[in-house]
Amino acid sequence: MKITPVLHNTRIHNPHGFRLSLWEKMHLDLPLLLGLVLLIGLGMLILYSAGGKSLMFLSQQAMRLSLAAGIMIGLAQIPPQSYRTWAPWLYTVGVVLLIAVLVLGVIGKGAQRWLNLGLFRFQPSELLKLALPMLLAWYFSDRPLPPKLTQIALATIFILIPAALVAKQPDLGTAILIAGAGFCVLLLAGISWRLLLGLIATIIAIAPLSWHFLKEYQRQRVLTFLDPERDPLGSGYHIIQSKIAIGSGGLFGKGWLQGTQSHLNFLPEHATDFIFAVCGEEFGLMGGIVLLSIYAFIIIRGLQIAIRAQDTFSRLLAGSLALSFFLYIFINIGMVSGLLPVVGVPLPLVSYGGTSMVTLMASFGILMSIQTHRRLVAS
Amino acid sequence: MKKKVTLTNPSQESRRFSRRIWLLGISLLTLILILALRLAYLQIFRHERYITLAQKNQLAIVPITPSRGLIYDRNGILLAENIPVTSLELIPDKIDDIDLTIQELKKIIAIDDDELEQFNKLLGQRRSFDSIPIKVKLSKEEEAAFYINQYLFPGVTIQAHLIRHYLFGEALSPVLGYVGRINQQELAQVAPSNYSPTDYIGKVGIEKYYEPILHGTAGYEQVEIDASGRAVRTLKRVPAIAGQNLYLTIDSKLQQVAIDTLAENRGAMVAIQPGTGQVLALVSNPSYDSNVFVKGISSKDFKKLRESPDQPLYNRALRGQYPPASTIKPFIALQGLATETVTPEDQIFDPGWFKLPNSTHLYRDWKKTGHGWVDLSDAIIQSCDTYFYNLAYEMGITEINTILAKFGFGSKTGIDMGEELGGVLPSPAWKKRYRGTAWYPGDTLITSIGQGFMVATPLQLAHAVATLAMKGEGHKPYLLLKAKPINAKAVYYQPIPLKSIELPADTWHLVLNAMQEVIENPRGTGHIRFGAKPKYTVAAKTGTAQLFSIKQNERIASQDILPERLRDHSVFIAFAPVEDPKIALAVIAENSTFAPAIARKILDFYLLNKDENNTRTSQYKNS
Repeated sequence: MKITPVLHNTRIHNPHGFRLSLWEKMHLDLPLLLGLVLLIGLGMLILYSAGGKSLMFLSQQAMRLSLAAGIMIGLAQIPPQSYRTWAPWLYTVGVVLLIAVLVLGVIGKGAQRWLNLGLFRFQPSELLKLALPMLLAWYFSDRPLPPKLTQIALATIFILIPAALVAKQPDLGTAILIAGAGFCVLLLAGISWRLLLGLIATIIAIAPLSWHFLKEYQRQRVLTFLDPERDPLGSGYHIIQSKIAIGSGGLFGKGWLQGTQSHLNFLPEHATDFIFAVCGEEFGLMGGIVLLSIYAFIIIRGLQIAIRAQDTFSRLLAGSLALSFFLYIFINIGMVSGLLPVVGVPLPLVSYGGTSMVTLMASFGILMSIQTHRRLVAS
Repeated sequence: MKKKVTLTNPSQESRRFSRRIWLLGISLLTLILILALRLAYLQIFRHERYITLAQKNQLAIVPITPSRGLIYDRNGILLAENIPVTSLELIPDKIDDIDLTIQELKKIIAIDDDELEQFNKLLGQRRSFDSIPIKVKLSKEEEAAFYINQYLFPGVTIQAHLIRHYLFGEALSPVLGYVGRINQQELAQVAPSNYSPTDYIGKVGIEKYYEPILHGTAGYEQVEIDASGRAVRTLKRVPAIAGQNLYLTIDSKLQQVAIDTLAENRGAMVAIQPGTGQVLALVSNPSYDSNVFVKGISSKDFKKLRESPDQPLYNRALRGQYPPASTIKPFIALQGLATETVTPEDQIFDPGWFKLPNSTHLYRDWKKTGHGWVDLSDAIIQSCDTYFYNLAYEMGITEINTILAKFGFGSKTGIDMGEELGGVLPSPAWKKRYRGTAWYPGDTLITSIGQGFMVATPLQLAHAVATLAMKGEGHKPYLLLKAKPINAKAVYYQPIPLKSIELPADTWHLVLNAMQEVIENPRGTGHIRFGAKPKYTVAAKTGTAQLFSIKQNERIASQDILPERLRDHSVFIAFAPVEDPKIALAVIAENSTFAPAIARKILDFYLLNKDENNTRTSQYKNS
């Protein structure tokens, strides 16, 4: 019997002839898919209300979602080893593009996040959300773990380069998400707890210094977070109105399409970053718990895929993707409910808007790829 | 540190990895639980507070100002209407720096110091969330200039309002008065729910007296508002009930003619319909334009009006207290006959003066040479002072007061305007109280010719002559003919008869006849001054109110040598036609002799040119 090459195989390695379901043949992960469908369904319901019952609004979102789903399915077909091979190149291209964006921004005298590619606008920072964890997973994949201090230092530089470039755009939310994704790889790679604590302590020590580097509006946001009543009609307005929206929803909410805060425009950005407040207002605590449960389900499934992954690269990448998905949720809901300062992070797959949705669905595609390209062995 | 060969140990790595994933998974779930707890805190423990805030966000009560009742004259000619204007308004609560905002506004819309002063005054009175006007009556260009730049001015809006407009301006201000912005004291006296703070309130005149029925009832709208304060949906609407339209007894054309006729003369004229007490015209000259008060008059302009020597703000018709002079002689004559102090046939010889027994003081007649032998009729026709000195001496102050009080002297007529004064009908008790001295016989004499302490308003005089015209059947003077609620029939205000003055018919006849002779008899004091014989019968009495005291034995040859404001006032009372009185009037021309001539024009207009009123009015307006 000829030995089938283990790597670089686009099909599931199935030497023992396990029965494969249709989903598995299509390289799709059913639980993850189920979680996403539930999330997107609920998200569309909320968005319909938040968008002022506009079907056009909804159909635009649906079109973006189909595009993103297509990308997800496509990426799920590519075996993890390919990602491993591409990782350094993706990262390099991403960083170069970030620099390009920054230079163009300087020339254009203003904040610039996009590269206009004619047909659509492309945000290099979104690419980094995937490319950075891939690079780090690739970096650690053929090195003995736990990583050595020098390796950690190098990895930190890999993290800081894109994070700093994105923060400079300035897009603090995305910078945090990129750094977070990279940090998750370090965490999963087995960085020692002592080092971890040291790193956290360093960050806390640096935080006051970073005040100096923050833009005026970012400082305002931090001050406003500390005391929203400071400027109730200015920078504190968002968070006050958002808390009113959530709080007034109560246990069961005011009912779908019945939210006054969003429909009367008291709640700013209610279709984008602050859409969770609409959910809180119209569906109440129950709606919030349902939404959080769906998110928790997706995250747990992602972590499960990470545990079951059979090589270091897949494990680190899967775990990091699942954790950064969590970061989105925690930062967004924390911000909308007044636990965290306002940073521009959308509520994943619910907020109206394109770029982050494509990135997120792409990461689920990668997760599915990792899950469905395992070598099946008898236990 | 021991040198160690590190080997990849997949199973150990995998176990460590799984441990970390588990740990992280648990941490994540804990953090998600924290989010859920945060939501529970907001949605359960703080729910009450936030639901209140949400409702406060979205609900607003918008008062609906009732449309103020219109005012018409007796013929249905519109006197006061409401016209739409736009004004630039600021809401202090929504503005960070009011001074800066105003500075910026000035760059696009001219705001003068008067308007600024008015604004600052209101700023101190109003609540900070009220909309405060800074400029009223914007032009189309100013509106456009603001709308283009509106985004630069949060808290500044253009509001449309109805404001009062008086079509006759100065001519009717003594009757209508004006409305102005309501102030704190006024607000305290009305039902606050019925007066939204930007409302106007009647300040003077009819506008003030009939405020309760002119104002109407405010309505309100409960609206859902969006974040920019725009009303999105009306939840409840209670419409405002417009104020009642008033029809006055005033004949606006007569009023216009009267003020045009007075022209340069300071003075007043009141015309009353004798059978009803309806005031046909009530003029005070010079006057002011009611419209300037509506917009809000600047303190500079107000000071100018207030300190003008001509006193345009002073309503002479209601508040001017003039010596009635000889115009009270017919009334005293009535009492002389009624008390049989004199008979129609009794004559006295007038040498030009009267002397009290045991006194050397000469009470002079206006005619230095005297009138010779005069009876009562002659005394009225020629206005013989000596006859009335003698009558007064014989009859005494009490009888004089009795008859004058019956005709309304010394007390307010009770007209439906709040401002009138009652004049003075002096008596020994009055003098004791207000002057602190005893009553001298001389005081009685002076009173009998309407001088000394005695003063009366033009309204009182007109009322007295109207009562005289009706031979004692007087009516309370009034201005409101009818009031018409918006969805109901008009309510007519009925004449209020006063206690009639009972006198024998021939007594009335003699006095009224003598008054007719004042005009018709060549020796009558009004014969020349009233002009050529009118086409109607008229009964009248002239009067000359002395302002300047002259020495005992002097008589000023000509008033012309006196400074204008010390010259005598000319007083004139009349009614016509004598057989069926349709109009009774009193004219006072300050420092002038024209009262009879003025009265003539007014009577001619009213009695002869009723059909040509339109052409007459325009002719007067042009002159």
